[in-house]
Amino acid sequence: MADDAPAVIAEGLTKTFGAFTAVDRLDLTIAKGEVMGFIGPNGSGKSTTIRMLCGLLRPTAGRAVVAGFNVGREPEAVRAHIGYMSQKFSLYGDLTVRENLRFFGGLYLVPRRDMVERTRTAVSMAGLEGREDALVRTLAGGWKQRLALGCAILHRPPVLFLDEPTSGVEPEARRRFWELIHRLASEGVTILVSTHYMEEAEYCNRIALINAGRLVAVGSPGVLRRRELGGVLFELECAAAGAALLALRQAPGVIDAAIFGDKLHVLLHDAAVAAELQPYLARQGIESTPPRAIPPSLEDVFVQLVQRPREARAAA
Amino acid sequence: MNLGRLYAIAFKETLQVWRDPRSLAIALLMPLMQMTLLGYGVSLDIRRVGLCIYDQEKSQISRELVERFTASDWFRISAKLSDEPAVRDAMNRGDCIGIVTIPINFSRTLAATGTAQVQTVFDATDVNTTNIATGYAQGIVGMVTADFESQWAASHGLLPQTVGVVDLEPRVWFNEGLDSRNFIIPGVVAVVLGLVGAQLTSLTVSREWERGTMEQLISTPVTALEVMVGKLIPYFAIGLFDATFCLCTAAFWFEVPFRGSLLTLTVTTALFTLVVLGIGYLVSVRIRSQLGASQVALVLTMMPITLLSGFTFPIDQMPRAIQAVTLVIHARYYITILRSIFLKGSTLADLTVPILALVLYAVVIGWLAARAFHKRLD
Repeated sequence: MADDAPAVIAEGLTKTFGAFTAVDRLDLTIAKGEVMGFIGPNGSGKSTTIRMLCGLLRPTAGRAVVAGFNVGREPEAVRAHIGYMSQKFSLYGDLTVRENLRFFGGLYLVPRRDMVERTRTAVSMAGLEGREDALVRTLAGGWKQRLALGCAILHRPPVLFLDEPTSGVEPEARRRFWELIHRLASEGVTILVSTHYMEEAEYCNRIALINAGRLVAVGSPGVLRRRELGGVLFELECAAAGAALLALRQAPGVIDAAIFGDKLHVLLHDAAVAAELQPYLARQGIESTPPRAIPPSLEDVFVQLVQRPREARAAA
Repeated sequence: MNLGRLYAIAFKETLQVWRDPRSLAIALLMPLMQMTLLGYGVSLDIRRVGLCIYDQEKSQISRELVERFTASDWFRISAKLSDEPAVRDAMNRGDCIGIVTIPINFSRTLAATGTAQVQTVFDATDVNTTNIATGYAQGIVGMVTADFESQWAASHGLLPQTVGVVDLEPRVWFNEGLDSRNFIIPGVVAVVLGLVGAQLTSLTVSREWERGTMEQLISTPVTALEVMVGKLIPYFAIGLFDATFCLCTAAFWFEVPFRGSLLTLTVTTALFTLVVLGIGYLVSVRIRSQLGASQVALVLTMMPITLLSGFTFPIDQMPRAIQAVTLVIHARYYITILRSIFLKGSTLADLTVPILALVLYAVVIGWLAARAFHKRLD
C-alpha cells in the first residue's frame, strides 16, 4: 500500500436482501489516520456497510479495498489487517479478561514476546487493572466495550471498524471511549466508527451521513454545517409546538421548520425574515418567544439533508 | 492450518466446556446413565417368566417334567391348574405367558413308543419373549424325553447308540453361555458413544451463533479447518474418556469376555469417536440455535443407531431395502467391530472392511463440515 493511498475505498457498494436495498451504491474514501464518523438512524445501512468492508457480507454490487487489499478477492489478507468491533458485544462472557485477550492474540498470531506488553496495554486501556481474572460477563457495559476494543487492536491493525461501540454505554464511559479512539488515530490508525449519537459526530475528522442505505453527505463537521444547510437557522420557544410547526412551514421565507426537544428550529432564506415570525404566529393565535439566531448542529444538517430527497420524491 | 491458532481455539473451547454445566453433564453423566439404563434394560434373555402347568396325569414322569420347569432359571410356575376353564382364565388374567399341558396318557405313550407330546400354549402378544420362552420350553421337554429314551433303551436291553437315536450335540462358539448380554453390551457401548458424542459437539458452533461471538470469530483470519479441528480436540479427549468408561463398564461390570487386543480396540474406538463428533459438529454448523442443534443431533443419531445398526434387530433379517439403508449407519460398523473384538478377538486385519467404512465416513463428514462453515454472515 502506497503511503498516500486511502485506507478504505468503497465504490458503488450495494447490498440487497430480497426486495429490500440495505445499502445503495455507496462511495466512500477514508484517508490514512482519519477518524471517519458514520452517522445515521437505526436501520440506515451502517452495520451492513461495515460488514461488507470487513468481508462478513458479500456485496450485491460494487467493490471495496481495505488496507490495500481487495475485500472480494483477498478477504483473509483484509481480516489480518483490520480490527472489528461488532454492534453486539461479542467477547466470550464465560472467559476471563485475560483469557479473552489471550484467545484473540492467538487467533491474530501476536508473537508471544509482544503478548505480555499488549495484554498489559489493553487491560490498562480498559481500566481493568486488578480484574484480569474476572469473568467478562460480570463486567459493566463501559468496561466490556473498552475490552472489546482492546481485543480488536491486539494485532495492531492499520484499519479499525467500530460498529456503534458506544451504544447503550453511559455518557462518561462514552467520553473515555472517544479518548481511546483519538489516541489510536494519533498513532496513525484509520478508524471508521458508526454511531447514532449526533453529538459524537463532532469528535470525528470527517463524517459520512447515511440514510435509507444512501450516503447523503460527506465532510468535516464544520463544512457540513456551513455548506449543507442552505440557509440561516433560528430557534424559538413555543407552547403549542405542533400548531406552530405547521404554521411556520407555510410562512413566507421559511425553508423548513423542525421540532428539536422543547424548541423549534426554523431555517430561513434570509435573516431579515426572522423579525416577522413572532407577529405571524401571533396572528394565528400562537404565542412564542422572539426567534434567536443559532449555529446549526449536525442534527439540523441531517434533518435537512434527509428531508430533501423525501420532498423531491413527494413532488414527483 | 496454523498450530498457534489451532491451540488458541482448542484451549478456549476447553475452558468453555469446563465452565458449562450442560456440556459437562452431557460429557460425564449421560454415559453413566445410558450405560446403566441400556445395559440393564435391554436384554434378549428371559428370566423367571410366569408359566402355568396343567398336569392331567400326575404321574412320576409328569412330576419330574414339572420339576425341571421349576428348577430352571427361565421360568417360575405361577399356578398349577386342574381343569380346562382355569387354563383359559389364567391366560386371560395374564397370570402367565404360557401354559404347559401334560396329557393324561403321557407316560403310557412314552413307555410304549419312546416319544410323547406335551402341549404348550403361549400368549403371543409379546412375540419376542414368547419366541424365546418357547425355545427354552422345548429344550426342557427335550432333555426329559432324551433322558427317558436312554432309560427306555436300557430297559429294553439296548445300548442307546444302537437304537438309532440321533444325538445332536450343538457346539456354540464365541459366546458359549449363549448369554445375550455378551452380545448386547458391546452394542450398548456403541449406542451410548454415538448419542453422547453427537450431543457434545452439536452445541459447539451453535453456541457461538447464539451468543453473538461468531461475528467476532469470523472477522479474524482463522480458517474453517482451524475452527473445526481446534474445536474437536477437547471433545475428542472427552469422547475417548467416555469410551474408556463405557468399555471398562462393559468388560468389568457386565463382565463381557474380552478376547481382542487393546490396540485394535483403541484404533477403532478413536475412529468411531471421530465420526460421531464430526456428525454433531456438522449439525452444529448448519443449525444456529443450541436447542435446535441438540434436538436435530438427537433425532439424527437416536433412531438410526438404535433401530438400524443391528443393535437390537439383526441386519440380515431386515427387508433388503432397509438393509441397504443400514450401510450408511455409522454405528453398524462399530457394533460389528466391537462384538468381533470382544467375543472373537478379531484383529485390525480381520476388520478391514468395517474400518475402511468408518474411515470413509470420517472423511466425508469432515469434508462436509469444513465446507458448511462459511466465514460470512449471509
